[in-house]
Amino acid sequence: MSARKIQKAPAAAVSGQPPAWLRRTILIVICGVFLVPLLAMFEFTLRQQGGGYGLEHWAALVDPENSRMYRNLVKGIGNSLLLAAITIAIVWLLFLPTIVLVHLQFPRLSRVFELLTVLPIAIPAIVLVVGLAPLYRIIVQMLGGHIWTLALAYGILVLPFAYRAIVSELEGMGAKTLVEAARSLGASWFTVLWRVIVPGVRRGLTSATLITAAVVLGEFTVSSLLNRVTMQVALVEVSKSDPYAAVITSLLSLVIVFALLFIFASIRPRGQRRLRSAAGNVSTTTAATATAAATATATQKEVGANG
Amino acid sequence: MKWLGLTPFALYVLIFLAVPSVLAIGTGFFGADGSFTLDNFATLTDPIVLGSFWASIWISALTATVGAVLGGLLSFALTGAKPGGVLRRVIDSASSVLAQFGGVMLAFAFIATIGIQGLVTVTLRDSFGIDIFADGVWLYQLPGLVLPYLYFQVPLMVIVFLPAMEGLRREWAEASATLGGGAYTYWRRIAGPILAPSFLGALLLLFANAFSSYATAAALISQGAQIVPLQIRSALIAETGASRANTAGALALGMLLVMLVVMLGYSALQRRAARWQR
Repeated sequence: MSARKIQKAPAAAVSGQPPAWLRRTILIVICGVFLVPLLAMFEFTLRQQGGGYGLEHWAALVDPENSRMYRNLVKGIGNSLLLAAITIAIVWLLFLPTIVLVHLQFPRLSRVFELLTVLPIAIPAIVLVVGLAPLYRIIVQMLGGHIWTLALAYGILVLPFAYRAIVSELEGMGAKTLVEAARSLGASWFTVLWRVIVPGVRRGLTSATLITAAVVLGEFTVSSLLNRVTMQVALVEVSKSDPYAAVITSLLSLVIVFALLFIFASIRPRGQRRLRSAAGNVSTTTAATATAAATATATQKEVGANG
Repeated sequence: MKWLGLTPFALYVLIFLAVPSVLAIGTGFFGADGSFTLDNFATLTDPIVLGSFWASIWISALTATVGAVLGGLLSFALTGAKPGGVLRRVIDSASSVLAQFGGVMLAFAFIATIGIQGLVTVTLRDSFGIDIFADGVWLYQLPGLVLPYLYFQVPLMVIVFLPAMEGLRREWAEASATLGGGAYTYWRRIAGPILAPSFLGALLLLFANAFSSYATAAALISQGAQIVPLQIRSALIAETGASRANTAGALALGMLLVMLVVMLGYSALQRRAARWQR
């Protein structure tokens, strides 16, 4: 009996992992508590005017008769989607080529570049907006007051996330060697970027795109203080007269963004799958996990965008 | 020639990051008439403004500490879960949603939960006879920020700290066990010291996150300006004239100074933590 005990104790210590019951308790308690607000939101949306539960408020949201009341909300959602699309375009067409260029051609600049991409986190959006307000007064004079100009400010807000997601993939794919090979075979820079780099960093680029969309759709600080109607601004506005509509929309968007991220996380990269199926031994699996962990650190480190 | 490729990005960052930052800090040094003055910084000695700095700092410290402990526990519990497994994917995605997307919507979640008619408020009152608002409704006041803030701080901790937790090598535990170390020794002497810089770094990042957070508070608190970001809001949207924009500049500089100290500490800790992550 004592022999079994001795055997068991180091086994638990060796893995460095908590015992299963403790793990499960922590998970159930914390996740349970975190589900309460979401359940409360759902319960809230089902309350009927005269008491009891029903789909009254959900129906009211899509009722054409109320379309005037929700006009601003619809406009805000439309604006936010447009802003997300333009900001994603900034990430693809401006950030990606620049990050690749710095990585390949100006490696000595990469430290400066990295520091630069941390600045939008160190400078809170609420501070930045103090300076954006006078800047946008000039922009409105020059380019007009259309909503799209706001995407130019949003690009800065998503720069840290986009940079980290893309650069960690660049390092992972061994971009330098591949690009040299492509160049020596006579490929133009554009071909290199489009046919070597983009497929190589596809995962990082997708992750950057998703984070960009999430940050832009959730953005409130800059848009509200610059008096632009985005989804979050319209939500706050609508919540004053119709809290049910605000809660339904919030719940739906939380669930939709969660689903998008979950689906993305479920698509396993090809390379990793090959690694796993090719060799079932421990070291390969560990290496794959370590890479995944490192990527996660790099992409998601220094996240502070809860504006 | 190849430097030319950097110009579009350089121009963009100059106009939309450098210029606004300089303007934000700069406006604090000018009066409404455009002349140089240090008068705006008198606002930083105003008891109400000082109070809001103090409130911002303690609410950030409180939610960062509790968030780091709970998020740390959750990461600890998740180390056994298979990376890429369903549980991990659910937690990863949910953490990103709550930490990066929530903002205003988290305020609504808590109005539905512990608002006057919220599910938890009503359940506690009707079924258990507990009135959480016996001393007045605190959800729309400073204390009301604690729970919504934790709702995005804990997920952020998981995002930041879980990779460090997973960076613990199996070999280290094995070496410790081979030399006769038990679980306590392993955590006390090996895992603890290795994780400490990551943990403290994450704690500072959470502090910075709460300190700069605006959306949740703005959606919850419509009366008064209990924290610095709300002070900036009332300075920016005041209808009394341009002079308040300069006050906003002074407040912004105050916030930046706090952030600077926090971020310097963070990068120092990050360098220490990086030693073990190779």
